[in-house]
Amino acid sequence: MSPVDREVRATTGPAPLAAAAADAALPAGSGSAPGTCPASESGPEPEAPSTAGAAVDPAPLTGTALPAVAASASGAGAALRALARRAGGPGGLLAFAVLLLLVLVAAWPGLFTSAQPDISDPVHAFLAPSTAHPFGTDQLGRDILARVLYGARLSLLLGAGSTVLSVAAGSVLGLLAGIGGRWADQALMRLADVLFALPPILLALLTVAVLGSGTSNVMLAIAVAFAPGYARLVRGETLVVRRSGYVEAAVGLGLPRPLLVVRHVLPNALGPVLVLATVGFGSALITASGLSFLGLGPQPPAPEWGTMLSEGRNNLANAWWTAVFPGVAITVTVLAVGAVGRRAQARFTRRTAR
Amino acid sequence: MSLLTVEGLTVSFGPQRVVRDLSFTLDAGQCLAVVGESGSGKSVTARTLVGLAGHGAHVAARRLEFAGRDLTALREREWRGLRGRRIGLVLQDALVSLDPLRTVGAEVAEPLRVHGTVPRPLVPQRVQELLADAGVPEPAWRASQFPHQLSGGLRQRALIASALAARPELLIADEPTTALDVTVQAQILDLFAGLRDAGTALVLISHDLSVVARLADHVAVMHAGRLVETGPAEQVLNRPRHPYTRSLLDAVPGAHAKGARLSAPPGTGLPPGPDGCSYAASCPRADDDCRTFLPSRDALGSLCHHPLSQAAAATYARPVAVTVATDPAPPPTAAPLLEVVSVGKRYRRADGADHHAVHDVSFQVAPGETLGVVGESGSGKTTVARIALGLVEPDSGSVRFGGDRWSGLSERQRRPRRLRVQAVQQDPLGSFDPRWDVERLIGEPLARTGAPRGRARREQVGELLHRVGLAPELMRRRPIELSGGQRQRVAIARALAPEPDLIVADEPVSALDASVQAQILDLLADLQRELGTALLFISHDLGVIRHISDRVVVMQGGRVVEAGAAEEVFTAPTHPYAKELLAARSGGGAR
Amino acid sequence: MTAPTLTRARADARHRPLLASRSRAVLGAVAQRLLGAAAVLLGAATVAFVALQLIPGDPVTVMLGPGNPATPQLRARIRAEYGLDHPVAQQYLHYLGRLLHGDLGESYQLQQPVAHVIAGQLWPTVQLAVLAMGFALVLALTAAVTTAGRRRAARAAVQLAELLSVSSPPYWIGIVLLTLFSFHWRLFPVAGADGFAALVLPALTLALPLAGVLGQVLREGLETALGQPFAVTARARGLSDTAVRLRHALRHATTALVTLTGWLTGSLLGGAVLVEAVFARPGIGALTLQATTNKDMPLVVGVVLLSASVFVVISTLVDLLYLLIDPRLRRG
Repeated sequence: MSPVDREVRATTGPAPLAAAAADAALPAGSGSAPGTCPASESGPEPEAPSTAGAAVDPAPLTGTALPAVAASASGAGAALRALARRAGGPGGLLAFAVLLLLVLVAAWPGLFTSAQPDISDPVHAFLAPSTAHPFGTDQLGRDILARVLYGARLSLLLGAGSTVLSVAAGSVLGLLAGIGGRWADQALMRLADVLFALPPILLALLTVAVLGSGTSNVMLAIAVAFAPGYARLVRGETLVVRRSGYVEAAVGLGLPRPLLVVRHVLPNALGPVLVLATVGFGSALITASGLSFLGLGPQPPAPEWGTMLSEGRNNLANAWWTAVFPGVAITVTVLAVGAVGRRAQARFTRRTAR
Repeated sequence: MSLLTVEGLTVSFGPQRVVRDLSFTLDAGQCLAVVGESGSGKSVTARTLVGLAGHGAHVAARRLEFAGRDLTALREREWRGLRGRRIGLVLQDALVSLDPLRTVGAEVAEPLRVHGTVPRPLVPQRVQELLADAGVPEPAWRASQFPHQLSGGLRQRALIASALAARPELLIADEPTTALDVTVQAQILDLFAGLRDAGTALVLISHDLSVVARLADHVAVMHAGRLVETGPAEQVLNRPRHPYTRSLLDAVPGAHAKGARLSAPPGTGLPPGPDGCSYAASCPRADDDCRTFLPSRDALGSLCHHPLSQAAAATYARPVAVTVATDPAPPPTAAPLLEVVSVGKRYRRADGADHHAVHDVSFQVAPGETLGVVGESGSGKTTVARIALGLVEPDSGSVRFGGDRWSGLSERQRRPRRLRVQAVQQDPLGSFDPRWDVERLIGEPLARTGAPRGRARREQVGELLHRVGLAPELMRRRPIELSGGQRQRVAIARALAPEPDLIVADEPVSALDASVQAQILDLLADLQRELGTALLFISHDLGVIRHISDRVVVMQGGRVVEAGAAEEVFTAPTHPYAKELLAARSGGGAR
Repeated sequence: MTAPTLTRARADARHRPLLASRSRAVLGAVAQRLLGAAAVLLGAATVAFVALQLIPGDPVTVMLGPGNPATPQLRARIRAEYGLDHPVAQQYLHYLGRLLHGDLGESYQLQQPVAHVIAGQLWPTVQLAVLAMGFALVLALTAAVTTAGRRRAARAAVQLAELLSVSSPPYWIGIVLLTLFSFHWRLFPVAGADGFAALVLPALTLALPLAGVLGQVLREGLETALGQPFAVTARARGLSDTAVRLRHALRHATTALVTLTGWLTGSLLGGAVLVEAVFARPGIGALTLQATTNKDMPLVVGVVLLSASVFVVISTLVDLLYLLIDPRLRRG
């Protein structure tokens, strides 16, 4: 389990603290919540542009292009710099690159390795990492690099699928609670209270116990486990937006209620949740691969990082590489998606925060 | 020898110099006021004097001496011996400047324990004496309470008591009364005056000239980190030499007749060079010299190439706007636009008790007039604004607007007439959808009036922006990218867009700097004169209310305690509370 | 009566009713939380019941397990015994009634009362959870207090460590620790539940992600508190930076932890499932996994109810603790 799950759960508490906790989940660059200026003073006039706009750090890439190609590279260099700026510095660019690579690997694993993930070769079992097998081989002599690469598809699918499901379900329920009136709100939030009393893994296990194991059931189970958190978050955002000055201003313009909800409430309430979902993907991936590790997800011959870890656990005494590399893959994925998500979040807060 | 000597003090954060070449001296029993707007570097100056300039601050000075000790050479340990013991610091809002998780007594006792000035067993006794000296009644009981359980005034007194606990010779107060209501403010200032008279040296940091005028012996005016003018309070406040000081004085509303302009005539807008005068862009007297280099300080303490001459300054007459015949308030026979008849509104408080936010409040707003509603925090003025806007339904009484019922309607009935009453809020940023740019924000009410889309609407938005003094280039900006003054102008443009009969403005200028406030007040006055829109103007600031209103309603504790034509109320109040309020505002002072 | 005593008497007179009203408010808050706790427990029981109903197929077949042909007579007997022939509403009430008597039913697989099975596995997991919590708190507090708002390099390093620990699957952290400390350096046993040495690595595995999260939240809380005017005021009184951290800021930072209580309890219990699998330890986690794999629903439901109870008890306690820490919440 990891930050998002906590972020989402943090909304159990009193609102301001929940917000603080949610902020705390942005460990790197984000720093303290920006722009909490005291209301007593404001930006200096005459009409200086506020510093909020200038806070976007340019973070230029150091130009390393050779002089000869500098002219032709300058266009590409500028594009790259612009990209880096959008990505939030070189770190963000790296995270984006890793993410892009992961997607490519998941789509066309064959591009990155000639080895096959499911061909056993008992003669070459438990080979340590070498140039022929960079990540070594497992108990059946299968190439671990190939299995990690081919496993990306299933693992990413598990993470992404369960995130989409839980965000969708959570958003619908949260919006219903937030704008559906007192009764719907009470009913849904009491249910969320109950589900919050159960740790996500346990909720997921309960779901698997009911539905049975397997890839799609694990996806559903993770969605069930995380949806209450998103629901609570969306509801909170909806209530904040409903009480906001701009919704009041829109009421003052005589906007009919449905228009008000569609134009102001929905986009502003869902925005932060969608951004947070990128960070939430990490928790979903970790929990899903955890269920696979426990043997409840995709079944053995299929390459999946959690399943591979579970096999590797038994070989620790003589072949550490069987269990280390799939875990590295998970961690790198979670870090990359998390970094991109946090940057998106920082951009979002910068754009909308006071 | 002076108690505090500052010479050539410069404080920078990275490449940014927030305090530049600052010099002054201070003797025991004297009060120096440092005046400036936000970003002038006055707060950093205050903190630098206790060695807490902040993370990453670089402090340099030719001389920085306190009681004969060189402060620039102090180690952290030595600073600790000075802080609280010989130099005290009081910050703005005691609700956050006292640790909210500790009792008032523990906070007041902390300096005593740190410096060991009082034997431990005697500390509780001493805490009570300190609280009593600071004017806190029943100190034993108060010491056991937490900051949030005290009223704003008592909290501030407790904060002062904690700063004074170890009897420092120098007290630095950074906006010590800004968060307080006027009447409480007056009491706190009296407390400071007593301290000064008893021999404590006082550095008072403030943006509020009326506060400064009551207490200061010397005044130092800061702009963009530089001291632009300094001298005896009487001289600086009555015969300012620097155009910036003059603009600050002019910006004080209520000191002059209604109709007087508050904001300075616009400067050239040309940005000064790195060594030029920071005020050059806004200064009507600026020339190329001003933009390129600074003059040396003149004998009277002003840092200006073209100071106002003594004679001119002494007799300076205020530039009065197109001398509008100060029309007497519209005859009461005219049909009122807004009619509020003995409305009441109760709220259920957290502890379950009913709380009367407003009680039996009646007033009228005639077409085209400005009614000012003034009161301290908790007087119910915001509830009145929301009732007038039709956002809160009164529990009793009735509201009529334009001759028809305005309270007791369903939203469906009220909706068609909503565009006739528009609002300007204290926090414009909160009243804008954060995803939208200025064009869309102002375009929304235009769309409600059925204005055509596309280019025609963009032109209309441009016209509205022009009307509120903003360039059309701002159309593409989001509210977060605007300054506070620009935001409030956009809010006014949005309110004007549907050409309403009435604008309800709830504390529209109280979050703004004095010079920005002056511009916004002038803008509102101009717009009203041109468009004839009625204004229900709500504020805690008597000066602002006096400046802008035709008629005034004074509220206290949810009730109207005084009402009448502005000049009558301000010159001859009848209700004791109104008298107290006015006395608190104008008491003492050099002006 | 002299003047000071008079003042004191008056102060006391006002003090007492205040105290009384405050303790009444606290009592009210306690009652409200207990009621909420009961509601959550009832809800959890209901969720578990619904889950039981949702299982596809004939519950009797599920109960008997696969490949266990049963005569219709036996099936009928089981139906009658479990009240499965009654309407759902009646089954529900019956189920709640049994729960109230502490009867969690019988495990299909182990043929033993669920309460008995759970009680037998509780102790190893409690040991694991408590030690992990201890590790996590010590690590997080040390990291946060020493690095909040200062020492750029150390702060960045600690932040990176925290980021890594929250981004790695906990079972993989266990595997890495095993590889290093058990197989490579042979410092700790590979598996089992005997003695303290066998507990260290599992507890550390469970503690690291926890410490990462706690450290982040604590540092954020500390940095927020240190930026508040009251921290400046405290330093202006002559307090040292460290004293401000410990006497003022830390208390504010810990209030941020309170919102995480639910997550913490959940993380300990959920983490136990994985950690006990990695280290082949007995305990509630291993039991839960076994019950899930075997579709031993009474046992799964038992664990769900146990988990909800633990959550409810801990969050109620923490809520009350919170009232002690933050006086601003004591208003009725």
